[in-house]
Amino acid sequence: MRVNGKLLKGATGDWEIVIGMEVHAQVLSNAKLFSGAATAFGAEPNAQVSFVDAAMPGMLPVINKKCVEQAVRTGLGLKAKINLRSVFDRKNYFYPDLPAGYQISQYKSPIVGEGEVIVDLANGESVKVGIERLHLEQDAAKSLHDQHPEHSFVDLNRSGVALMEIVSKPDMRSSEEAAAYLKKLRAIVRYLGTCDGNMDEGSMRADVNVSVRRPGAALGTRCEIKNVNSMRFVAQAIEYEARRQIGVIEEGGTITQETRLFDAKAGETRPMRNKEEAHDYRYFPDPDLLPLVLDPGFVDAIAAALPELPDEKKARFMSEGLSAYDASVLVAEKEAADYFEAMVAEGVEPKACANWLNNEYFGRLNKAGLSIADGPVTASQNSAIVQMVASGVINGKIAKDLLDIVWAEGGEPREIVEKRGLKQVTDTSDIEKAVDAVIAANPDKVSEAKAKPKLAGWFVGQVMKSTGGKANPQAVNAIVKDRLGIAEEG
Amino acid sequence: MSEPTEFTLAEAREAVRAKKISSVELTKAFSAAVEAGRPLNAFVTETPELALKMAQDSDARIAKGEARALEGLPLAIKDLFCTKGVKTTAGSNILGNFMPPYESTVTQNLWNAGAVMLGKTNMDEFAMGSSNETSAFKPAINPWRAVGSNQDLVPGGSSGGSASAVSAHMCLAATGTDTGGSIRQPAAVAGIVGLKPTYGRCSRWGIVAFASSLDQAGPMTRTVRDAAILLKHMASADDKDSTSVDVPVPDYEAGLETGVKGLRVGIPKEYRIDGAPPEIDALWHKGAEWLKAQGAELIDVSLPHTKYALPAYYIVAPAEASSNLARYDGVRYGHRAKGARDIVDLYEKSRAEGFGAEVKRRILIGTFVLSAGYQDAYYVHAQRVRSLILRDFEQAFEKADVLLTPATPGPAFGIGAKTDDPISMYLNDVFTVTVNLAGLPGLAVPAGLTADGLPLGLQIIGKAFDEATVLRAGRSVEQAANFTARPSTWWRVA
Repeated sequence: MRVNGKLLKGATGDWEIVIGMEVHAQVLSNAKLFSGAATAFGAEPNAQVSFVDAAMPGMLPVINKKCVEQAVRTGLGLKAKINLRSVFDRKNYFYPDLPAGYQISQYKSPIVGEGEVIVDLANGESVKVGIERLHLEQDAAKSLHDQHPEHSFVDLNRSGVALMEIVSKPDMRSSEEAAAYLKKLRAIVRYLGTCDGNMDEGSMRADVNVSVRRPGAALGTRCEIKNVNSMRFVAQAIEYEARRQIGVIEEGGTITQETRLFDAKAGETRPMRNKEEAHDYRYFPDPDLLPLVLDPGFVDAIAAALPELPDEKKARFMSEGLSAYDASVLVAEKEAADYFEAMVAEGVEPKACANWLNNEYFGRLNKAGLSIADGPVTASQNSAIVQMVASGVINGKIAKDLLDIVWAEGGEPREIVEKRGLKQVTDTSDIEKAVDAVIAANPDKVSEAKAKPKLAGWFVGQVMKSTGGKANPQAVNAIVKDRLGIAEEG
Repeated sequence: MSEPTEFTLAEAREAVRAKKISSVELTKAFSAAVEAGRPLNAFVTETPELALKMAQDSDARIAKGEARALEGLPLAIKDLFCTKGVKTTAGSNILGNFMPPYESTVTQNLWNAGAVMLGKTNMDEFAMGSSNETSAFKPAINPWRAVGSNQDLVPGGSSGGSASAVSAHMCLAATGTDTGGSIRQPAAVAGIVGLKPTYGRCSRWGIVAFASSLDQAGPMTRTVRDAAILLKHMASADDKDSTSVDVPVPDYEAGLETGVKGLRVGIPKEYRIDGAPPEIDALWHKGAEWLKAQGAELIDVSLPHTKYALPAYYIVAPAEASSNLARYDGVRYGHRAKGARDIVDLYEKSRAEGFGAEVKRRILIGTFVLSAGYQDAYYVHAQRVRSLILRDFEQAFEKADVLLTPATPGPAFGIGAKTDDPISMYLNDVFTVTVNLAGLPGLAVPAGLTADGLPLGLQIIGKAFDEATVLRAGRSVEQAANFTARPSTWWRVA
């Protein structure tokens, strides 16, 4: 059961938010859903348009097998039912960014049926979000209204690009859950290689359905918030919308089912400009396409080649000694998990590796605003550093300094340690000499320390300083205590 | 040597191969016939220069001993087939100046076989019509006239221009398309042969779409053999058309003369309709006797859902058309209205100006039958009827190899006679639409004349992808009918 820390307080009592999501994920494929035209982002306007995409007379759609494969792969990744027979329908409406006057989509018989996603929350709790369906459809083109004083232009590059519409059940109860769901979905498609998940390039877009109700009551009337295009905005839009709905109801009003747009600048949702007429999409099976019938062997082959997904990876990492938290952080981004695994493959002990990455390296990347791919330090370089700590060649403090050097200057960490003499001093006689020198120079501190053993730390610091940080801190600690006559604890 | 325009396709093929006539000579003769036939308005676009160039290329190939199957043979192409660099109008003002940058698969197949294009033939707008009168470029006219009458008659439709051109010897043969009877009905009323192949036999790629689940290209010729020859080179499985079917295309000529001995010919009782002229029934009966006399076995069959076919067709076809024709919006190509205020105004004006009345009627019907609240009662219901009609045929074909029916409920009628009465116009397709709904092959063969001297045809319906048997039975009807009547050449400019 869900803990009810997620209720919103209204003026008249508690409210529960109910959230469902429709995510449009652009299929990773070199060609469009029904034409051979290219799909690369950022091409010159109308440079990637076939006669089919421009809806020239007599042109016919032909399904791209790669896109079907990607949809099936995604369905399997969502632990969903794959429908061996699905049907493409036409959704009819007029708009300049829709050259044929209809969008080819799947209405009654989608390629993927019910599935589920396990969503991990920050407090360590997990929530199961049901998947209603996944279907394939064409993307629309793009209208450009800022190119000419009197005319609008149309760029057909995106026309016909394959999208997967992934529809969740209304299983989310807070903006945090919704954002975490979107994050998890993004991780899954990126692990699968079926969508690049780039929200800022529009290859993943979310429409969010929000309603509110009294805890345990029947579902309220929902509003659909269109094109929420970042994780942060998902949370903001839901918070705003839920508050708005509660306000309306508490003031005696009712919610009208409508489509609203999220205005990121104002941080609010607004009803979409009223269309002159309500749309009747007149869905019917596209007579240019036969029903899509999949061979069970085709699905089995994709299933057999499915990569390890975040949940399984997390379980494996935990079995290798990682904490649930560390494992979650690492699997959340495929690149992070890959980086971690590359280091483990070089012989780094998993726990130490996870600590190093989560506490040191990824933190620095975050601060610098860099992605893992753009980060300046390779997995091999980090492996060398962590391995030198593990084998006692350098200590933890030097390791951090070394990471700074490699980050700024590059280079092979072992050579840097060698050349710059950063090796940990483990020779006891050298450390003893250094300790004795500090004790001899600070007789007053010696007597203070004997009275207050905690001051031993001050001596350790002085010794580390005099040895340029290279002394093995455990050894220094032991010798200082011995010389000061302080008993070792434990 | 007789007049080159008197050749059948098969005869011209032999003459060109044997170098008795060059392709250039043949082509020039037909281009002259096209020009002389202008009063029939059979062509929307004449391409004599292109034809001459293609003929010269053919002659060069023949000289090198590299002749292909249809080398140097001049054909007319229905203006629904997109032809690269040659205006393609679909009989509509909305595509009045459309110049396709691509070639339809069917015409490409024909050019690959060496054929020569004389021009593009007139047709009902977007193939919607049974008389050619919905053409935006004035109707084509039937070369046939009733005995003792000067009244212009329709050539049928929608492939009326092709029917008129073949009938008047303005080409060796022509392509047509058939959605509800658009090859067979004009063929029958113009006294020629017309074959609608099995759905999926010819690629639809590059043919301006009317109703995608029904449209099919086919040959229109003066003999059954010519239809066999032309179909062979129109048909192909095509990766660009998901509904084309990858089955071998046989040599249809091979078995053409083997007769109908032992062939089971089904006579569907539901094709006897009230109010049809007695001549139709009589000809049908005669056709059956001809086949029986040649050794065929006549079998009574029943296609009980026939009476629902026409209503179902006039739901399914307009539904698909309303969606297929949405792309003609004035934005990317075709007619664009001037002075539009905004995008909605641009759509409304461009389409109001670009489409004719019959097309608008069908877009309205199609939009209506697909709308929320009506779709189940109309479109979904019609699709169910369609499956029942297919099942009728499947059951009939358990007993019969082919079916014999009339091709049309009557002969060619006068220009303007039915334009104010769409229902009576739609009834022209009563014997042909069932075949499209079931996706089967159907062949119209000229079989006799009315008392007024106008041609009538019989229809042979076959099993899916069994055009070979259909053509063989058609050949037997052709032989027995010995249809040698010709229209006078009243239209020729003296």
